[in-house]
Amino acid sequence: MKTKTAIEFVGVFKSFEAQPVLKGLNLQIPWSGITTILGPSGCGKSVTLKHVIGIEQADRGKVVVDGWDMARIRRGELIALRKRIGVLFQSSALFDSMTVMENVAFGLRMHTKMTEEEIAERVHVCLDAVRLAGTEAKMPVELSGGMRKRAALARAIAMQPDFILYDEPTTGLDPNTSSVVGDYILKLQSELNVTSVVVTHDMPLARRVSDRVALLYDGEAVVQGPVDEVEASKNEIFELFIEGRLG
Amino acid sequence: MTRLLALLGGQLAAFFIQIFQMFRYFIQCMAEMWRVYLYRHQIIAQCYAIGVGSLPLVCLISAFSGMAVAIQTAYQMEAYVPDYMVGALIVRSVILVLSPILMGLVLAGRVGAGIASELGTMKVSEQVDALTSLAVDPVGYLMLPRVIAGLIMIPILVIYSFLVSIACGFVMSIIKMNITPTDLIKGMKLYFENYDVFVGLVKSAVYGGLLTFMGAYMGLCTQGGAQGVGRSATAAVVVSSALVLILDYFLTHALLY
Repeated sequence: MKTKTAIEFVGVFKSFEAQPVLKGLNLQIPWSGITTILGPSGCGKSVTLKHVIGIEQADRGKVVVDGWDMARIRRGELIALRKRIGVLFQSSALFDSMTVMENVAFGLRMHTKMTEEEIAERVHVCLDAVRLAGTEAKMPVELSGGMRKRAALARAIAMQPDFILYDEPTTGLDPNTSSVVGDYILKLQSELNVTSVVVTHDMPLARRVSDRVALLYDGEAVVQGPVDEVEASKNEIFELFIEGRLG
Repeated sequence: MTRLLALLGGQLAAFFIQIFQMFRYFIQCMAEMWRVYLYRHQIIAQCYAIGVGSLPLVCLISAFSGMAVAIQTAYQMEAYVPDYMVGALIVRSVILVLSPILMGLVLAGRVGAGIASELGTMKVSEQVDALTSLAVDPVGYLMLPRVIAGLIMIPILVIYSFLVSIACGFVMSIIKMNITPTDLIKGMKLYFENYDVFVGLVKSAVYGGLLTFMGAYMGLCTQGGAQGVGRSATAAVVVSSALVLILDYFLTHALLY
């Protein structure tokens, strides 16, 4: 049975070497649709995302993903949950010793009993979805920044996940390529109907793809909700962020 | 004074945290052993990288160390012992001490630093996080195959080192010291013990496991960017080399007395 919210942060605190990053974060991410977590650099957006896949653990508070409390989840359940989550990392994080084909096929080879023909077929479909068909034999170093992002996106969707997490998907890309990445986020959302979480400080991208937004500032979500509601709320910190004056 | 004590206390606490974390990784690595079949391709690839990749270096170092041992042994002993003893001393010193320690130190540099910098780069470029997000345990996938490859390949490299060192020492004794091949072979046969080879191989297997584990541990704990990778590689070499020398004492004591 599905829980009310797909992902929930309840009073989450997180510090790194006495440097507090999250200070009682409360955040709800509903099923389906695209939720964008906004915020200035260094406010803990990526750390928030890492809590969802269990790479980081909250010092205090609770992170619940599909009903699983991430502090209490057992190893086997965590592995099963991770198989249902696709992640696009900020730096793409393609395995540089593997070809694009091997990168996209990685999860399938590790976790499924699919034959090599079936894997090749799935990889082809995923690469085709991000317009990278024909690059199977290339190494990540041979791809441009935008192509690497798309290859990483193909890897993220290869296991047919229920959740896709995008960590700064447009960082380091030119406006055209950023726009293309935005197109793919929307395209994949409409085709796969997953629960997507986009972490970014790119306001044009957020406006374009989001159903809901949350603004993280000083370790807390200062405002969250559907995009039009948040924009209409006239929240002072949100306005400052949009104007680029939030330090 | 208070500040000095606080600094020392902080350093001591950091040291124990490091030891605890190392132990935790070791336990995690052992716990992944039962899934070793899943990582067979990585183990084969690592065996190739560690074993075949190190052969030229091992060959070069072993050849010169074997020749140096031969000259030194003849120089120190020629007035006191018969010629055939040079052969015996070359074999025993190479098998018991020289090859295992030398290979441990040299491979801590080549293999340990290589593993630390490779995994460190993976860590800082989020590839380790990507592995985790793909529901694959980085300790099992990255550390375990390297440790197993070290345990298998470093004793094999040490056997190779025995052969090259002894052969080069043999040739050097004949050319430079005018010792006859018959005398050398007589000495080698007379004092050769199978147990010495066993000791040399046990030592090298321990060093193999140690330096690959330290390399992988330092790599997976890398923090920061390029500087962090450099720090990890240096730490892997320094800690592995020190531990090889310390363990050599304890292993020699335990196995020979």
